[in-house]
Amino acid sequence: MSDNKKFVQGNEACVEGALYAGLDFYAGYPITPSTEIAELLSYRLPQSGGKFIQMEDEIASICAIIGASLTGRKVMTATSGPGFSLMQEALGYAIMTEIPCVIVNVQRGGPSTGIPTHGSQGDVNQARWGTHGDHAIIAMTASNHQDVFAVTVEAFNLAETYRTPVILLFDEVVAHMREPVIIPEAGAIPLVERLRTSVKEGVDYHPYLPREDGRLPMSDFGGVHRYNVTGLFHDMWGFPSTEPRVVHGLLRHLVDKLENRTNQIARYKEYYLEDAEHLLISYGSAARSARHVVENRRMRGERLGLLELQTLWPFPEDIIRDKCVHAKSVIVVELNMGQILSSVKMAVDEPQKVFLANRIDGVFITPEDILNILRLIRGKGV
Amino acid sequence: MAVKDYLRERFFPHLWCPGCGHGMVLNGLLQAVEKLGMSKNEIVMVSGIGCSARISGYVDFHTLHTIHGRALAFATGVKMSRPELNLIVPMGDGDALAIGGNHFIHAARRNIDITAIVMNNRIYGMTGGQFSPLSGEGIQATTAPFSNIDYSFDVVELAKAAGATFVARTTSYHVQQITDIVRKAVLHEGFAVVEVLSQCPTYFGRKNKAGDAVDMVRWFKDHTTPIGSKAKTENPDLIERGIFVQKESPEYCSEYDKVVERAMATVR
Repeated sequence: MSDNKKFVQGNEACVEGALYAGLDFYAGYPITPSTEIAELLSYRLPQSGGKFIQMEDEIASICAIIGASLTGRKVMTATSGPGFSLMQEALGYAIMTEIPCVIVNVQRGGPSTGIPTHGSQGDVNQARWGTHGDHAIIAMTASNHQDVFAVTVEAFNLAETYRTPVILLFDEVVAHMREPVIIPEAGAIPLVERLRTSVKEGVDYHPYLPREDGRLPMSDFGGVHRYNVTGLFHDMWGFPSTEPRVVHGLLRHLVDKLENRTNQIARYKEYYLEDAEHLLISYGSAARSARHVVENRRMRGERLGLLELQTLWPFPEDIIRDKCVHAKSVIVVELNMGQILSSVKMAVDEPQKVFLANRIDGVFITPEDILNILRLIRGKGV
Repeated sequence: MAVKDYLRERFFPHLWCPGCGHGMVLNGLLQAVEKLGMSKNEIVMVSGIGCSARISGYVDFHTLHTIHGRALAFATGVKMSRPELNLIVPMGDGDALAIGGNHFIHAARRNIDITAIVMNNRIYGMTGGQFSPLSGEGIQATTAPFSNIDYSFDVVELAKAAGATFVARTTSYHVQQITDIVRKAVLHEGFAVVEVLSQCPTYFGRKNKAGDAVDMVRWFKDHTTPIGSKAKTENPDLIERGIFVQKESPEYCSEYDKVVERAMATVR
């Protein structure tokens, strides 16, 4: 194998992607099945002058990366369900204060301690609505290690572009499975660096005055511009405000900057969609079995297609609607009780043609599980 | 520079009640910063939630007003990322030691170079007078209508036990001592804890018939004494003021620099 081809776990592919993207500060707390990310970064980050700190809990971990990001670093933390629950308040803080950061949630079965060593995709809606209050969020996932790498790089790019937390919703299956990943040459994937203010020292800097394109040029803490950052609704200087115009304006800005760009942000892959009668929609590890079904049945001449989502939030509803128009049936394949299913039903013109193929018993969904649902839909029995 | 130059006047009027001790702490703190002669750009103030936490908005430093109890965790990220910056973290008693208790002891354990100022008025002021982990038994509060049964932490003993390498206590009456201690705490390389007893006449005072602000400040004068004073041996109930711990010990960010050196040696 050449130097840039590695045979690794999904968690390691995530680490490689983060380092490629320029990660230089990580704070975390051990939790299965994400721990390898912390272990690897405790080794790799100081080798390149970056910083790693193991905090006292997941709350402290996300708080520490937000603080570090404010000083200009590219930051990440990784956790799993219970830790992700603990992070929700600070996640909202990063949304409100528009501080870029990447939060990896390697999903395991829940609720509560659940089934830590088995895969699940049960945190999809938590990623969307786990923190309180109206907001928008970016959440992404991937089904194989090359995509884990690419999506991780993209997460950093989106976090920096939109000054927002980005959630990477991987799962135990992909995280612990081993397969090859090729690390691209430096520069092969473009990296987004933080937009910094050009306002000179001594000139009034408005840290929370968006440009026309919605982006906010940032000034690093410790630099020449001193400003206030608060989780309270705030004006363009970062000062707390209860002025209705300010409150309305800020909330709209926080939501619109992402949701008005849903199609731009959306990443997905399509397999045999052109003439698909039965369209599978899946993501993360579950998409591996879905793809197997589609490719296998295509060889028999059956018109199946797969839309593999990599961006889950903001939900690409226009894209879903377009892709589903001609399908006789749409089968959502996921490892939960239908968390993306409900979003798909809301997006399509005929929700009655949308079905669920899932498993919630900690066992990975097989192609046979999906085929059984397909047979039922076609009225052929199991 | 005058103390006024460290304030963001467009943020005023402040939200503290008449007679609140927090303004006296702010005054002492800014006098200390002035004496230190630091550039405002070198100082990052991180705070959580509560009356005390609002101090960060009023000062012209890099200011980070975060979420309840987590100020030290945010500050740890800032400091670790940019060790050359001076981190000052003002916290209330509930912020620092109830919801934030875990971060408090772990920041102390790491001996990371942060100055933590616990503005202890023994009550949750912003939410309207509930007892805190520093209220102590026998105190009246809106959530202890039949008198509080919770024992309080001793901030000094807790900080010492957790590994803080600078530990001091003073009160809002002793403004010059606030200045002196905060100056030394900021200069100290390691985790520094400064407890400042501060008065909340609005809630603690009213609920506990402690009188008005002047009475409460006078109480600090009459019921505290310098560490090791003769008065303390005669009256053990007096609360000691001064610097309890000031020792040199490896600081976290400096130690991490050594980790980086060791790690880099593996790739050369």
